[in-house]
Amino acid sequence: MSLHDHHGGWVIALSFVLALALSIVPLPDNLEFFRPEWVALTLIYWCLALPARVGVGVGWFMGLLLDVSRDALLGQHALALALIAFLTLHLHQRMRVFPIWQQAAGIFVLIALECLITLWVKGLIGESASLWKLFATATTSMLAWPLVFLTLRHARRSYQVN
Amino acid sequence: MTLDQRTDYIQSLRSGLATVVYPIQYLVNLPREFADWGSDTFSSRRELQEQNQQLRTQNQLLQAQVQKMTFIESENRHLRELLKSSKRSSERVLIGELLSVDLDPFRKQVVINKGSSDEKLYVGQPIVDAYGVMGKLVHVYKYNSTAMLITDPNHALPVQVIRNGLRAIAVGHGSDGLLELPHLPNNADIQVGDLLVTSGLGCVFPVGYPAARVVEVNTNPSLPFARVLAEPIARLDRSREVLLVWPTDESLPDMSRPCDFTAEEIQ
Repeated sequence: MSLHDHHGGWVIALSFVLALALSIVPLPDNLEFFRPEWVALTLIYWCLALPARVGVGVGWFMGLLLDVSRDALLGQHALALALIAFLTLHLHQRMRVFPIWQQAAGIFVLIALECLITLWVKGLIGESASLWKLFATATTSMLAWPLVFLTLRHARRSYQVN
Repeated sequence: MTLDQRTDYIQSLRSGLATVVYPIQYLVNLPREFADWGSDTFSSRRELQEQNQQLRTQNQLLQAQVQKMTFIESENRHLRELLKSSKRSSERVLIGELLSVDLDPFRKQVVINKGSSDEKLYVGQPIVDAYGVMGKLVHVYKYNSTAMLITDPNHALPVQVIRNGLRAIAVGHGSDGLLELPHLPNNADIQVGDLLVTSGLGCVFPVGYPAARVVEVNTNPSLPFARVLAEPIARLDRSREVLLVWPTDESLPDMSRPCDFTAEEIQ
């Protein structure tokens, strides 16, 4: 990330590292099913807040890291996250003015789309997956969105990331 | 890019990224490590004494068994010489530790803290724990590697019933942590409680490691095959330490020695 007239690139990087860590923290088997997509949520936040800095490229790279850390097929999360970043960039001006619960509804759709893509890739390579997982993840991600949003906004303001 | 995964071309990119991700995995594993350290440090004297006593008893028991083993082993070697069949040598092993990191919930995989910088690990290398076969390595990176457990739906393990030598394939059953033995005819001689050991066919797993115990045999005359389910013997979800095994290249041995892993490496 270039630092010419930008500040606080490390805050963005740190938030992604934390999101990656959260997405591989061991959970009990039945909670595992409801794990929110932390990386995608973080990505969406930064795409909304700083569309000039975080975009499709960052999404793609984070997706690759997520693939490796979850030992998935290289590129399945990358594809999904790049698409999410693209959609968020496309919609960011509209989504920014929404109240937070309305944003959460949008998040539900975006995360469901991400899960659908990974599901599709998994289906192509013959791995088992379930459609319930899609709804479970999208719902918990939607519920986690206010938390992510408020935390990251606080971080962004107090460290003056722009 | 996705299709590339079918080949080995981007393996180097993958291991590069894995090296980037490893600190995060390490970080996630730290609390567990810390808790282990804490319970080691702060356990009471009485507890330690009790544990010590227990271990001593167990050690005596095992040693008594080993006494017999050495005799049986020499006898076995003798007989094999008489039969002019090939000798077997024990496999080399390396102890690794699981990182407590979650992967995809629909696949049964684990991360091990040994990588290509520690030893010459290879993809397909079998891993076992103190009780039985756990799985095999699917990706080897610089500092860590990932292994597929035998309960993964994509995993198949050649086994044989130790009671009568009946050969079968144990395919992972996914989420319920069981193995299924497909394509066994309805009249196959298999019972609940039968011990399945690796048969060594397929040349990935060495012969004779305990793999699973049959828990359900369901013969339905209207179906062409019996439905046989088995439970893995290895403590797939509880073991912290695993052994990476280098099978010997010599022709297939009859029995291995699963209790021979006290030393860190055995040549």
